[in-house]
Amino acid sequence: MMAQAFAERLRAALPGVALSPRTESGLMPAMVLAVSAADWAALGTAAHALGARWAACWVDPEPDHWRAWVLYEQGGAYVLAQTLLDPRAPRLPSLAAVYAAADRPERAIRDLLGVDFEGHPDARRWLRHQAWRAQEHPLRPEQPLAGAPPARAPADTGYPFRRIAGDAVHEVAVGPIHAGTIEPGHFRFAAVGEQALTLETRLGYTHRGVEKLAVGRDAEGLLRLAARVAGDSTVAHAWAACMAMERAAGCAVPARALALRALLAERERVANHLGDVGGIANDVGFSFAQMQFGALRERWQRRSAVLFGHRLLMDALCAGGVRTDLDLAGTQALLQDHARLRAELAPLVDILLDHPSLEDRLVGAGVLGTADARALGCLGYLGRASGLAFDLRRDAPYPPYDRLPVRVPLYDSGDVAARMRVRLDEIDVALELMDTLLAALPPGPVSTHWEAPPAGARGLGLVEGWRGETLAFVRFGADGRVARYAPRDPGVFAWPALERLLPGNIIPDFPVCNKSVNGSYAGGDL
Amino acid sequence: MLRILHRVITTGTLTEPLDTSASLESLGIEVRRTLGARYAGSFAIRHVDAGSCNGCELEIHALGNPYHDLERFGVRFVASPRHADALLVTGVVSRHMQEALLRAHAAMAKPGLVIAAGACACDGGEFGANYASLGAVANVLPVDVRIPGCPPPPALLLRGLLAALGRATP
Repeated sequence: MMAQAFAERLRAALPGVALSPRTESGLMPAMVLAVSAADWAALGTAAHALGARWAACWVDPEPDHWRAWVLYEQGGAYVLAQTLLDPRAPRLPSLAAVYAAADRPERAIRDLLGVDFEGHPDARRWLRHQAWRAQEHPLRPEQPLAGAPPARAPADTGYPFRRIAGDAVHEVAVGPIHAGTIEPGHFRFAAVGEQALTLETRLGYTHRGVEKLAVGRDAEGLLRLAARVAGDSTVAHAWAACMAMERAAGCAVPARALALRALLAERERVANHLGDVGGIANDVGFSFAQMQFGALRERWQRRSAVLFGHRLLMDALCAGGVRTDLDLAGTQALLQDHARLRAELAPLVDILLDHPSLEDRLVGAGVLGTADARALGCLGYLGRASGLAFDLRRDAPYPPYDRLPVRVPLYDSGDVAARMRVRLDEIDVALELMDTLLAALPPGPVSTHWEAPPAGARGLGLVEGWRGETLAFVRFGADGRVARYAPRDPGVFAWPALERLLPGNIIPDFPVCNKSVNGSYAGGDL
Repeated sequence: MLRILHRVITTGTLTEPLDTSASLESLGIEVRRTLGARYAGSFAIRHVDAGSCNGCELEIHALGNPYHDLERFGVRFVASPRHADALLVTGVVSRHMQEALLRAHAAMAKPGLVIAAGACACDGGEFGANYASLGAVANVLPVDVRIPGCPPPPALLLRGLLAALGRATP
């Protein structure tokens, strides 16, 4: 087993540390490694030295003690490190100095649960603005959902942005309300003339209390919430949450349901990539492509509404399966759609890849190098445009992908053009996968009876969403109610990448750089 | 260039006529104020995501695609609330966006319509009011038009926006 070998390598790298790798059915395929808080940083350093990726961190306030989790991944093998914290004074060595990807997630945990990350290089708040005080931690179990907010929370104008000094340097502040129809966030540029020297992003504006709202919900209620963590990734988050709950409960999902979930996930991928390719073109004034891809996306969404009841595929999954079966006529319609989309895309792709004024703006713009992408834990199209090929569907395949050949496009130029190219290639791959799935849809039911597991059962869900590896951790409390839901959207790693790739570009190229990266606001703000 | 022209010509016109068969009431759209020919064929909207999951934003984007082509009705999105006749608000109002939303509203010329689009903006949706969220837009601003749906599909958004403009008769 790959995870076991990874755990053994970690153990061998830390000879003086007591580590006992074990498995827990709900957390498979990850191997669990319990360490003391004192060895937390040593384990992180060893994982980093082995080339492992820091994938996520969350803290679970269990009834008797708190438990911190970090997920590491290497070559498709997962290790879940865990350690216990004292709820009266929760503290943990920070991994942010070793793994840049851990920086903001640790600050978010500090804000929401009051965990003191010792040695964290950045003492500033992250998800907290001015709606609750520094000493309040809304995710702590004793805190009521309603909190004690002020009638009118002031704007967070005092946030200490990093300052760049210099005679010709000026700052440009953008947001939280942006010029177009986009989610809210604040961008602070330091610029000389048109050229950006630095960018700092400040998010948390769409913090809605997702993790707190999950507490006490049943499986169905949790899925309604998971489907709305990020509307563009509703299938990915719902599937991850389903997988976590089903693994916790030992629920065997029927093969037909798994195939249909993959079909929905690939439909979500295609819809978003169609929208993004049009959006990238539009951000450099090539509205022809925006209109063409917008029309393709509209037709795609209409089919989703007809066959699965929702244009964005919200609430299509349920614990134990999916809500809607696909009949023969639906299958035929989809196969025809796929053929038509291929035929319509081919000449458009020819234009996109061979249009000098487009090339002039996209090639060499917003370059993210492989080393930076790796250090920041970049996933999905963002990583694959910068030489990182990781794809859960191929490297740690979960059913039904364990029976499907998944091609993973890979580019290393790391620019906007590469990020567009990956998306175009991934549309192709998704169409192939969907054709394969539809050609041999397993017979049988589309869902099985869901029975919630006993208190204490926990599960981990990992799926390849359109932005990359999407995670959900679920622990059940009494009466089948959720005690902890920790989702992690792959889009959170895009913001530090955007900050890294922008300097040197002109501010007018920021929109296209931003669109090509397309980080998730709602998915990270929660 | 020839390839582009060829594609444009072979694509033709995709824009669909507005379906006026269903009444606003039956669509669940609620219009509070009497709205009339106040806007002289030009209606400028400032959209504010006050704490959405981004589902509503995707459907607002779809209003601009060739099938819906919102601008044919003289309705367009503008970058500044100072240029806007209406504020289109999506999402619950997160407490972190409360001040920004109020300032955007204050920056609009009067009367400054407020349109709440989507389940969250209309009644709090899946999130409601809590330590992080104020719930529905009406908890923060007076709302003139409500467009339901999670998210509202573009055709419904279109009807709601035209209702605000006073073109569609309820």
